[in-house]
Amino acid sequence: MEKMVNIYLYGKKYSVPADLTIMTAMEYAGYTLKRGCGCRHGFCGACATIYRIKGKNELKTCLACQTQVEEGMYIASIPFYPTDKRTYDINEIKPTQQIMMELYPEIYACIGCNACTKSCPQSINVMQYIAYAQRGDFGACADESFDCVGCGCCATRCPAGISHPMVGELARRLTGKYLAPETEHLRARVEEIRQGAYDALIEQIMGKPITEMKELYNTREIEK
Amino acid sequence: MLTPEMLESIKKVEATRAARMGVEPRRMTADEKDALLREFHPDYRDAGFAEIKIGPNKGEKVPLELGTLLHSNSRLYGKTIDLDKIDYDVDVLVIGAGGAGSSAAIEAHEAGANVMIVTKLRIGDANTMMAEGGIQAADKPNDSPVQHYIDAFGGGHFAARPELLRRLVMEAPDAINWLGDLGVMFDKQTDGTMVTTHGGGTSRKRMHACKDYTGAEIMRTLRDEVINRGIPVVEFTSAVELIKDENGRVAGAVLQNMETDDYLVARAKTVIIATGGAGRLHYQGFPTSNHYGATADGLVMGYRAGAPLLYQDTIQYHPTGAAFPSQIFGALVTEKVRSIGAMLVNVEGEAFMHPLETRDVSAASIIRECTARGKGVPTPGGGTGVWLDTPMIEMLHGEGTIERRIPAMMRMYMNYGIDMRTTPILIYPTLHYQNGGLEIGGEGFTKTIDNLLVAGEAVGGIHGRNRLMGNSLLDIIVFGRQAGKAAAARAKEVALGKLTLAHIDEYAKTLAEAGLDTGDVSPLLLPRYARHER
Repeated sequence: MEKMVNIYLYGKKYSVPADLTIMTAMEYAGYTLKRGCGCRHGFCGACATIYRIKGKNELKTCLACQTQVEEGMYIASIPFYPTDKRTYDINEIKPTQQIMMELYPEIYACIGCNACTKSCPQSINVMQYIAYAQRGDFGACADESFDCVGCGCCATRCPAGISHPMVGELARRLTGKYLAPETEHLRARVEEIRQGAYDALIEQIMGKPITEMKELYNTREIEK
Repeated sequence: MLTPEMLESIKKVEATRAARMGVEPRRMTADEKDALLREFHPDYRDAGFAEIKIGPNKGEKVPLELGTLLHSNSRLYGKTIDLDKIDYDVDVLVIGAGGAGSSAAIEAHEAGANVMIVTKLRIGDANTMMAEGGIQAADKPNDSPVQHYIDAFGGGHFAARPELLRRLVMEAPDAINWLGDLGVMFDKQTDGTMVTTHGGGTSRKRMHACKDYTGAEIMRTLRDEVINRGIPVVEFTSAVELIKDENGRVAGAVLQNMETDDYLVARAKTVIIATGGAGRLHYQGFPTSNHYGATADGLVMGYRAGAPLLYQDTIQYHPTGAAFPSQIFGALVTEKVRSIGAMLVNVEGEAFMHPLETRDVSAASIIRECTARGKGVPTPGGGTGVWLDTPMIEMLHGEGTIERRIPAMMRMYMNYGIDMRTTPILIYPTLHYQNGGLEIGGEGFTKTIDNLLVAGEAVGGIHGRNRLMGNSLLDIIVFGRQAGKAAAARAKEVALGKLTLAHIDEYAKTLAEAGLDTGDVSPLLLPRYARHER
């Protein structure tokens, strides 16, 4: 007999195998998930979930697909959270401190409570990357927020109403587009292809009989 | 908790590590690979396949589960849908909001088309988001699109459609450039040189990455761009069947609100199927690395409307899915773990193969190790696995390498108390990718239904019968962009006739004539994971 635990889905008690995740436990209980389920492997942020262990005061946030059930878990998944993404033209904006002020002025209302960091299922120092954004240090903000899956747990806990994932996203796009060093070998190759430098070669290889292609493939030199 | 057997085996792995460090295992010969695949690759297991009984691919092989969907009636069969009541009227309808669909929508919008995306979950709930290791492009001086072509063509068993593979490799550098211009943060050296590595079967180091969040970084950037442009994204709304016009051209799709079950009609001058893969059909009982919605819907809708499939019988099993612990069973362990130095090691601590053979060969080799050779490590769930010797990475490249270059992997295992910097991890092949799909021509259009395009994993023929790591993130961008541009251009010339769903009844008639009755309807939309036992 496998070990079972009691959990409470939206307040209703179910007995489920102890080795399940919150997500698979919901399915074990009979739920067909529509919202609150995406990649199921911790990358998409669809399954932001809030829970409290019976008898304990602390409210916790997690990804349902990456969290194993525990005895006495009171669970509520967050089907949608109205984070506030501002729109912009990436080609028009520039990586200046002013742009954060224009698009996400509420970050300057941060009271430093650190609830965002404490709630992050990815263990990101969320408050720190907001601080970097306030200062206009987009590279640091991008690096610190890089592992963000956009679940929005941070935003649900923020007394200042900040949509942290959106701030990180803006910083990363600014960094990738404007602050990262140019790649000369990429620019050169794109230009070569545009000029038609490989057209004849590719035509030639496309026309080769399979036996010749096999020979080419099986004897190709492999970079160390 | 690692079992006593695992701990015992880990000691052997540790004991052989120093001796293995300096020695690159021999690569298999072409003949050895052929023999291995025939004996151990799941594609060669007849019990996993059925014969297609109707439609353009009649008589060909198909995985059992996909066969059942193809042999089922439409969800709309017998229902009356008023096609005169148009809920959405657009130039370009994109079905699916992963990397291919989003790229297509951005390019169609750029070209001035009125474009709309529908998706049964949310934008970005897609395999793109979960692609970890990288994206290929021949942009280094020692590399060329021709070299890329040879690698991909050989890795795919010389079965790729040349006109598709040509586009893939020739437009790869521009795809990287486009993504960089949108703000994707590729791993670069301080002088701007891309940090690139090998993938299984590559002859040059052309794998570009964004740590091990490559797909996620690409997907969230594309999503942000789609929203910035104001492109309508109708979420939690699935396309359930294509609509044609009286002249047999595609003319839109019937949609279903996933939450209310209500039907809606979208009329469109061109339609792009970008619905992705089929991992959630769990072919041959395999776990999958795929997202929740990977149920081959686009293949089923396209086939019912008369578009042929290509290579629907070839499936990619990623060699390294998590075999332990059970909570992450089947989750992807990126190939990048091997790219940066981890070896595949059996229960005795022996490196039984070169870690960077192509995926089909690697998967077959691991299956052989765990079955015929009996050198797998047993797991509590009754399965087996082999070790991926991750501590080697830190020894080869220095402490901190794992946290810096594969942080998602480290986090996934840390959640369950396993520190991959010091402990090897147990892996077994997982259902990862559909090599086949709907057949298209070089411009992205299907060959049988006018104005219908396909992009991304739903396409068959770009990679042949096996796909190299990093060529899927590439194909969704290259073919997504192409589809968006082509659809927008075509839409300018299209004047639609009267809408019809007659092909649904015709399909039903053909099924009945063939004596097929699965008792089910398709497409599946969502896997049936809910347990209703008492």
